[in-house]
Parts: sequence; structure tokens; C-alpha cells
Amino acid sequence: METTFQGKVWTFGDDVDTDAIIPARYLVTSDETELGSHCMEDALPSFATKVARGDIIVAGENFGCGSSREHAPLAIKGAGVACVVAASFARIFFRNAINVGLPIVECPQAARETEQGQTLEVDVGSGVIRNIHSGATYETAPFPPFLRRLIEQGGLVPYVQQRLKERDPS
Amino acid sequence: MPYTMARALIAGHTSESAVEGEICQVAVDFAFANDITAPPAMRAFETMGATEVFDRERCAILPDHFTPNKDIAAAEQAKTARAFANAQGMRYWEVGRVGIEHAFLPEQGLILPGEIVVGADSHTCTGGALGAFSTGMGSTDLAAAWALGETWMRVPPTLKVTYTGELPGWITGKDLILTLIGRIGVQGARYMALEFHGESLRDLPMDDRFTMSNMAIEAGAKTGLFPPDDRILDYARERAQRAFEPVFPDSDAPYADEVTIDVSDMEPVVALPHLPSNTRPVSRCSDIEVDQVFIGSCTNGRLRDLELAAGILKGRQVAPGIRCIVIPASYEIYQAALERGYIETFTKAGAAVCTPTCGPCLGGHMGILARGERCLSTSNRNFVGRMGHPESEVYLAGPLVAAATALTGRITDPGRYTRAATEGGRL
Repeated sequence: METTFQGKVWTFGDDVDTDAIIPARYLVTSDETELGSHCMEDALPSFATKVARGDIIVAGENFGCGSSREHAPLAIKGAGVACVVAASFARIFFRNAINVGLPIVECPQAARETEQGQTLEVDVGSGVIRNIHSGATYETAPFPPFLRRLIEQGGLVPYVQQRLKERDPS
Repeated sequence: MPYTMARALIAGHTSESAVEGEICQVAVDFAFANDITAPPAMRAFETMGATEVFDRERCAILPDHFTPNKDIAAAEQAKTARAFANAQGMRYWEVGRVGIEHAFLPEQGLILPGEIVVGADSHTCTGGALGAFSTGMGSTDLAAAWALGETWMRVPPTLKVTYTGELPGWITGKDLILTLIGRIGVQGARYMALEFHGESLRDLPMDDRFTMSNMAIEAGAKTGLFPPDDRILDYARERAQRAFEPVFPDSDAPYADEVTIDVSDMEPVVALPHLPSNTRPVSRCSDIEVDQVFIGSCTNGRLRDLELAAGILKGRQVAPGIRCIVIPASYEIYQAALERGYIETFTKAGAAVCTPTCGPCLGGHMGILARGERCLSTSNRNFVGRMGHPESEVYLAGPLVAAATALTGRITDPGRYTRAATEGGRL
């Protein structure tokens, strides 16, 4: 799995909610590409048309608050965003992002100091973020061991696959 | 070491020590999805190589968000969910018998004290009102719970919330929870559990408690727990479809933080756009005109909510030019409201009464807002574009404020309609 991303930054503030990430009016599908074409529509209407593959979202506290809709991290992936750096994530969004394979990094200082249009290099594996523009580097706290294992296995789906096989080896 | 209620609930469902902060594998008592979240869960379930849900009596799909289906895409989505539920033989109820999941499942006795319940909907925390660790997750997490009968959970720290003082008759559960969210903010309880305590809650009806637990997520919490008292246990015993064992917090449990709220002089509360934490007393909102009033949702579409709203609307008329939409949260509630005459009260007052569904709460259908419109809603979220056009506005309040606002067309203190009638007692 690719763990290092370099891309142009799109900044957002605190409490970006799941309705802003993907409004409910588009939840008659769970197709990633279709959802991606409406990503962030109510926060920044031009986002989905201007974002380039590999770009990075940087946001403040509580990113992804609100609904449990897994369509939110799917929409971000569908829009081509490589990873999300935030000061903090809402709990359900955090789980969903890991489950659908959207790389996320929690780093308050990087979130605070990064500006719109700058380029970030994010190594999700080591948790090191480098701002290419300013040269600043940031280290994030590692995920707890269970989550690291889950991510290394490729996410929750392969994890459950393995657990089911162990239960019924036939 | 004494246990908080959250820790005690998790400890009862895991073989691990369940110390705070630890990630545990926990057994799940019930796991459900809705018409929006079920299709991705079904896909993940199949990709996992799962063939059967862990227990068909403990797994469910409820069609409630875009149902009765609003368009072809919604109908296709609901059809897929229905087919999966039927093939698995899991619990499923068709439109006409179901309701909004968070109102319907407790009514059916399928969320019970002492249980761990997961739902692919953020307002699953509503079940905390029954003393269950009931929490929202995404579709893939839910698929894992269907496949394994287990989920992973980090044992959360707990914020203890104590309400003190005598509850004024016109203050509802909605005012109590909005006050808390206004105090601590939309991330004030992120990654935490809430535990509700206090003398003010002693006689609080179940429906108001469901409203409070429902909005725990709006403060970022995993769940909003009520330690089971006689009212909770009586409600559960009357309806339970499974044996259950209530769990209580220890009296000397270690809380990460505590908040105390004195209710004695509380006014009804309104949350202004665009966050549930942006609260004001209703008296400071009286010049705000609205186009629409919505009374319903998993927050305030229960029988007591309709009773309070009907009490204000009875014999009166919705203001000219104002759209008032009432949606009972389930068919049981709809039926009871019919028998008690509330539905007639609403229709005579000029309100539109719709079939149970989530409706306009999430910008679904049956009351979407146009550009620049304002709605006073009894639902739980007022994010940008939540009920329709991104330039519309949603104001949140309880059923009394909503009904009073429907009569005047501007946000209105229900006191002018209620205080004389109650003489200080409960409504």
C-alpha cells in the first residue's frame, strides 16, 4: 500500500461536517466517482471541479462530524484527494476513513500552520509531514497497535475475511 | 477500581480488561442499517466472504430515510436492501409498519438496558436512553458486526452531566440537551461517553430522554447514557424481545470531566444556524421569521412531542404563509396520535401530516428548503444545506417552540400558550 503522498493543499476550518463533505441529496448512490463529483459542494462549490488527483485536504478540529455516512470518505477518495490532515477527526469519520482506505493523519500543528495552495508531503506510515513550501516538518502520534495492524492487513475487510476463515477453516 | 457506565457495559461484552483507552473486541447484541447505509454494508459483507449474518434475530435493516421512496434511485436502493434482508432472513419491516430506526427499535424492545448495539447511523446513540451502549458506525463497520457478531471499540472516557433544580413545566429534553451542547460545543465530548444524572431528570418522560441521548453525537460523543431507573426498566420490560441485564455505573466512578447545569430558571432553547452548539434562549430569537416549521425526526417525532405540539395548536391556526409539517416517527406513534386526536388537531390547524419517515431532517424529501428559506425544526442538525438549498437556514428547538412558531411565523416563546395552563406544574 502506498504510504507517502505529495500534493497541493486545500484548507478548510473546524467542524467540517459530513453534510458539507457530501450532501444527503446525493446519497441515492454509493458509487465513489459519482459521490466525488459533489465532494465538498456545500462548503466550497468549485472544489470538485478544481481539485486535482493527489491533492491533500488540510482541516481544523473535528473533521467529518455529523452523520455515519461512509459516503463521506468515499466522496473524498472519489474526488481524487490523496489524504486528509486535520487537527482532529470526528470518531465515526475516523473509523470510516480507515475502513475505506482513505489515508488520514491527525496533526494539530500541521493543520494550524499549513496554508491554502502550499505543497505537503505526508508519510502516513511514519507519521511525518513535511511542508515543501516552508520546510517545516511535523511528527504525528502513531495509531494504536490494533489500528496499525488493521491498516497493515489492508483494512477491516481483509481482517474480517481472516477472522471468518479462522472460525471455519473449510 | 470503580467503573463508569460505559466501561461497565463494555467490560460485560469483552474478555479484555476494558481499561479506559484500551481497544477491545466486544460482542454485539444488535446491529442494524437503513436504506442509505445498508447497500454499502451489504457490499462489504459480501467482499468479506461472509455468507450469513451472525444471528438473524439480532440483525436488521430499516427503510426510513428516503421512504416511501422519493425517486427511482431511492427505490432501487431500497429494493436492494429489501432483497438482502429477505435473503438473510434478518429482521426487516416494510413501509406502513416501520418508522425512524431510533424511535422504532426501542418501541419494538430491540434495544435494551445493558446491551451493546451498533447501527449504521450516527443517531444510534439514542439507545443510550435505555442504558444501552448504543453507538453509530459506518457501513463497513456494520458489515463486520453482521459477519462476526463483534466490533472493536476504544473504551471511552466519560463526561458526567448533572442537571440540578426543579424542571420548569415548559422545559423539555430538547432544551436540556441543547443547553449542554451550547455549553460544551459540538466537539466537547468527542471520543467520550456522556452519562446523564441529576434530580431534574427523575420524572423526565422516556421520550424526552430519547431526545437527549439522540443528540449526544452532536457533542461528538459515542453515546449518551442514562443509568437505568424504574422508568427505564419498566419501559424495557413491557417491550423486551430478549432477556436483558441492566448495567449501572459505580457511585464513585472516575469521570474525565463533569458539567452541572441548573435548570430552575431555564428558558426554551433555540440553536441558530449552522451548528447545534450555536444556542440562544428563545426570548432572544423573537424577531426571526421562518417559512417552515418541521415537527418530527428521531429527535422529536415521538408521542409526547406530538402531544406537546398538539396542546399548543389545538383550536388555533398555523399562521398564513407558513408551512407546518408534522411527521410521527413511527406507525405506533402515528396510530396513538390518531386515537388521541392529535392528528385531527394538526390537520385542522392547517399542518401537513406525513407518513413516518426521516423526511426533511436530512434534506430527504417532504419539506426541502429553497434558497434563502428558513425552517424551525425539531430535528438534530442545522449544518449548511442540511434540509435543502445550501443557502437555506435551519433553527433547532423543541416541539413547544416549534408549535408556537407555527402559529406566529416567527420564533416564539411557547410560554404565552403554556404557562397560564400549567400553573407551574409539568405539562
